[in-house]
This record gives sequence, C-alpha cells and structure tokens, in this order.
Amino acid sequence: MAIPIVYNIRSVRARWTSTIVAVLGIAGTVGVFIAMLSLARGFQATLVASGSPDNALIVRAGATSEMTSGVPLDSVKIIQDAPGIARGANGPMVTPEAVLMAPIPLLSTGTEANVELRGVSPNVLEIRKQVKIVQGRMFKAGLAEVVVGKNATNTYSGLTLGQTIALGTVRWQVVGIFDAGGSSFDSEVWGDSHLLSAAYSRPDNSFQSVTVHLTSPEALGQLKDSVTTDPRLNVDVIREIDYYAKQSTSLTTLITRLGGFVAMIMAIGAVFGALNTMYSAVADRGREIATMRALGFGGPSVVFSFLIEALLISFVGGVLGCLAVLRLNGLTTSTINFQTFSNLAFAFKITPDLLVMGVVFALAMGVFGGIFPAIRAASLPVATALREL
Amino acid sequence: MIRVDGQGNGKSLIQVRGLSKTYRRGGEEIQVLQRLNLDVDKGDFVGFMGPSGSGKTTLLNLLGGLDVPTQGSITVDGDEITHMSGSKLTKWRARHVGFIFQMYNLIPVLTAYQNVELPLLLTKLSGSERRKHVETALSVVGLTDRMNHYPRQLSGGQEQRVTIARAIVSDPTFLLCDEPTGDLDRKSADEIMALIEELVAKHGKTVLMVTHDPVVAARAHTTLHLEKGVLVEASKVEQGVVAGGVA
Ligand SMILES: Nc1ncnc2c1ncn2[C@@H]1O[C@H](COP(=O)(O)OP(=O)(O)O)[C@@H](O)[C@H]1O
Ligand SMILES: [Mg+2]
Repeated sequence: MAIPIVYNIRSVRARWTSTIVAVLGIAGTVGVFIAMLSLARGFQATLVASGSPDNALIVRAGATSEMTSGVPLDSVKIIQDAPGIARGANGPMVTPEAVLMAPIPLLSTGTEANVELRGVSPNVLEIRKQVKIVQGRMFKAGLAEVVVGKNATNTYSGLTLGQTIALGTVRWQVVGIFDAGGSSFDSEVWGDSHLLSAAYSRPDNSFQSVTVHLTSPEALGQLKDSVTTDPRLNVDVIREIDYYAKQSTSLTTLITRLGGFVAMIMAIGAVFGALNTMYSAVADRGREIATMRALGFGGPSVVFSFLIEALLISFVGGVLGCLAVLRLNGLTTSTINFQTFSNLAFAFKITPDLLVMGVVFALAMGVFGGIFPAIRAASLPVATALREL
Repeated sequence: MIRVDGQGNGKSLIQVRGLSKTYRRGGEEIQVLQRLNLDVDKGDFVGFMGPSGSGKTTLLNLLGGLDVPTQGSITVDGDEITHMSGSKLTKWRARHVGFIFQMYNLIPVLTAYQNVELPLLLTKLSGSERRKHVETALSVVGLTDRMNHYPRQLSGGQEQRVTIARAIVSDPTFLLCDEPTGDLDRKSADEIMALIEELVAKHGKTVLMVTHDPVVAARAHTTLHLEKGVLVEASKVEQGVVAGGVA
C-alpha cells in the first residue's frame, strides 16, 4: 500500500500559507481559461439563436455575409413564388431586408458606436417567431417608426420607447421594444425597409438578403433546387441557423485562440508557482521523506505521494477558479461583430463541460508543477536527509 | 556471542566483514570506517560508544541499509545486503529493520496510531489485522491511551515510545537505535532503556544501540568502542590494550 493520502491532505493544510500562491495562480489561470471559452460559447450561442431551422436566408451567389450581398427586387418577386415557402394571411412569408449601419452614442461612454439598422417587411414577426414585442407595438408599414431590440435600447441613448431619433434624413419614433431571445437581433433596430432605404438614399429596388419561412425544415432542399436552378436568379440559399453559426466562427475562433494563448502564458506562471510550492515542501520535509524511505516506502511511493499532493493543491485551485468565474455566468458584454462592424451584445455562457475542462486544466498544471519536485523527493539520499536538523 | 575480530563461525545473525566507508567532501577523503568486523547473534544487545564524529551513525546507517559501504560486506540472516539494488534494499529494510532515532522522526501530521501503522502499510495485512498489531505495539510501550495524539501533543519520552512502537510493530529481525535517549532527561531516558531491555529480555529482540552515555551503555550485554574506524571491546579499552580515551 502507498503512503496514506491523509499525510498529504494534512501536510497541505499545515503548510497552507506556502500553498496559497500556487492555489491562487492555478485558480486565476483556470478562471481566465473558462471565462474566455465561455465568452466564445456565449457569442456563438447568441448568433446561433438568431437563426431558426425552418427559415432560410437567400443572398447573392458567392456572398459570405449579408453585408456583401445584394438581391434585386425582380429576384425577390420570383423567389416569393418558389416552392417550400410558407404562406400566411398576408401572402408568402418572405422578408426582403436592407441592412444599414448608423452611429449612435453609447449610454455608458457617450461615444458613438455602430448600430445595425434592419429594414424588414411588416410581417417579419411571423417569420422570426423568436422575436416578440415586449413594450409598445410593432411599427406600421409606411410610417417613420422603428422597433428596438432589448439590448440596443439599454446600450444606446435615444432608443427608448416614445423617443424620436434622426436616422438618415428622417426622424423616427421608437414605437416598440422587442426581445429576440438573446440573439444578435436584440442589438438591432428594425423599421420599414422601403423608408429606411429612402432615408439613406439607397435604391428602393435592392435588398441585402431575403429571409423566408419554410413550410417545414425539410422544405429547404425543394426551395434550394428551385431557386438555384432558375436561370433568372443568381442566389445562394442557406438555412438561417447555419448562416449565423458560420458568422460566429471567425470571432469564436479568435476568442478561443486568444484565450488559449493568454491561458497558456498564465499556466506557465501557475506551474512555476506550483513548482516553487512543491520544491519548498520537499525541502522542508526532507527528514520526513527520509523517514518514510527508512521505514521501507520505495521511491515510486514517494513520487506518487508528492504528485498526489500537487494534484490536491491544483484541484483546490481549479475548483476555486471555477467558483470565481461562475459569477460571470450570464453577465452581458458586447463586442464588435466583425461581419457587420456593428455592436453586438452577448453573455458569458458557462456550461458544466467548461467547468470540467477547467478542473482538468488545473490538474494538468498540478502534474507539471508536481512531477519534478516529486522526483527530487524520491531521490534525496536517505542517510544524508536523516542527519538534517 | 559478539565478536569484532572477523573470526565468527558464520552462524551469527549479523556478520560484518571488512567494512569500509569513505566520504568525499570537496577534494578531501574522510575514511570513517576501515575494514571493520562484527558478529552479532540473535537476541544480543550491543552498545556502540565512541566520540562524536567517530562513525557510529555511519555504521548504523550501513547496517540498516540506508547507505552503501565503500568496501566490505554485511550479511543479515543469510542475505548479503551490500549487493542489493535500491528497491530490493528498500523492501529488505521494511521487512528486517526497526529504526529508533535520537530525534524520534515521527511524522508530525500523523497521529501516534497512524505513525505506528506506517510500516504495516507495506505488508499484506488487512485493516483489522493492522489495528490489532498497532494496538499491541502501543500497549507494549504503554501508550494505548495516547494513540490519537499528534507528536506535538506528546512529551519527548512519549514520542520516543511511539517511535519504538513503530520500530517493533512489524516484528523486524533487529532494531537499530541511534542515541535513543540523547534528547531525553534522565528519568525519561531510564524509562526508555527499561523498555528496550524488556524488548530484549521478554521479546527476544536483537538490538544494536549507539550512545554517548556510559550509564545507558551499561545496560547493553556488550559495549563496543568505535576507534579509528574499527570496533574494540570495552574491556580491552579499560585494560589499556588500545590507546586513546572514550568521550
Ligand atoms: N554525507 C557525509 N559526507 C561527508 N562526511 C560525512 C557525511 N556523513 C558523515 N560524515 C562525516 O563522517 C564522520 C562520522 O560521522 P557520524 O557517523 O555521524 O559520526 P557519529 O555518529 O559517531 O557522531 C564525521 O566526521 C562526519 O563529519
Ligand atoms: Mg551520530
């Protein structure tokens, strides 16, 4: 049997002051690691929530985002009659959209940031079913009215219910606030697409994209076959949820890479902290170790015991890091959406698997910080160590 | 029968032949033991005396397999330990040697019970068998009522008794005591010596003990002096056969 683990637990407890640096180093590293990953997760979740599986987005063939796309009115008219598109009381469930950017001062700093303005069809709420008006009402077609996403209303000045705001050449009244379920639409302002285009002197016969509601998620293939083979059209069809998932990858990759890099640098520091703690533990307990060896515990037992001790310390650090970072869960932050350069609000999303990853990361740091001191402990010459006072 | 002339009949429990130990410090060589011979039978109680620095601890470390000699051989119960590999020697120590140190060397974060149990964790004994052995050992040293105390909660004499319990709990072939009373007052020292004598007389233990103290040494069956790297019988020192005094 090995050296009992109670020996390590009590030793760590007895030497907690010298352990605290290692614990905090690991806790901090794990905290940053999880925070970064949860930020990436939150960002991805926000964008993915914007899409729905039974909607399809139609953009110009080859366009990688709405911003680089253009769909002329003639095409919209052909698309409206394509198979697979659901029909409501007001005809086909299609919203041709114009996407614009407007600089509006932030409430927090007063500096201007880009808000995404989306010219939509008045029946857009039938198509994007996750979007709900929570205050006021929907804008009326043909009137200078806008509805504002719940993050936008909280982030920018002049976007609260009842206020008016100049966008382009027109003054608009905010008539409603909508909740888009935590998706990127929550950071947008929506109005009548014809009026918005006119206010910014954009041609009224061209849109950035067309979002359609499918009769069922399976109807995508049918729609795709029809519009991509039509010689009059030059468009791509993509399921809305896939479009937003793709939009999120570049930033999530960036955050993950950057987070990984920062966590790596911090991990090196934390491993040195753990090494320092463990080396001093070994140095201070030379005579205890030699006594164990004299009693007949082998070198591998000593290595194992000190490794366990390092893992114990790193586990505590990992759990502490998790607990600290849990307070961030749901906290909202914002970033520039790199596809549109508009400001996009999203929240940290900490999931159990991230916490598990954090603890595993902590244990890995424990192994690196513990293995060399543990080997040193096992290779102390017994007779010499026993002579030490 | 204890001999220091290397002329034993080969049946002794411990046989030391031509044992030398040289330390190297800087460029300097320190020859501590020089072709030392010793024969100890089962049940013997030997005391080693000698001035500080004469090599008493070095000799015990070699006998206990904690260090390796520069030359010579040590055979215990038929096993030559001087050629054993590190891990084999470790196993041999666990099985055959009980150590009692001047500084007790108890593990401070473990209770008396847990300290005494340590050597048994290296055996195949079950938890309940271990409990029985630990309780027996603690009752031999008279500390059953202190088994849940930590070393810092015990007096020096009590700590040393826990060390003795730890040394005898696995019933080793012999006990090595390095100045077991060196840190104790006279009364505690007497109690510890009475205990060690009892281990020899009642339990048939073989004990090799280093001490500074002639009163303590007088308890042993035979006292040997370490002089110039070899052992000499006390009587011969007194008769002036060997020059040089005793510390
Ligand atoms: N590891 C070592 N390296 C160098 N010299 C040592 C070492 N261990 C002991 N010595 C020297 O060996 C001699 C004998 O030491 P020791 O066996 O401790 O004597 P004693 O126990 O009789 O006081 C001393 O001179 C001591 O300094
Ligand atoms: Mg000594």
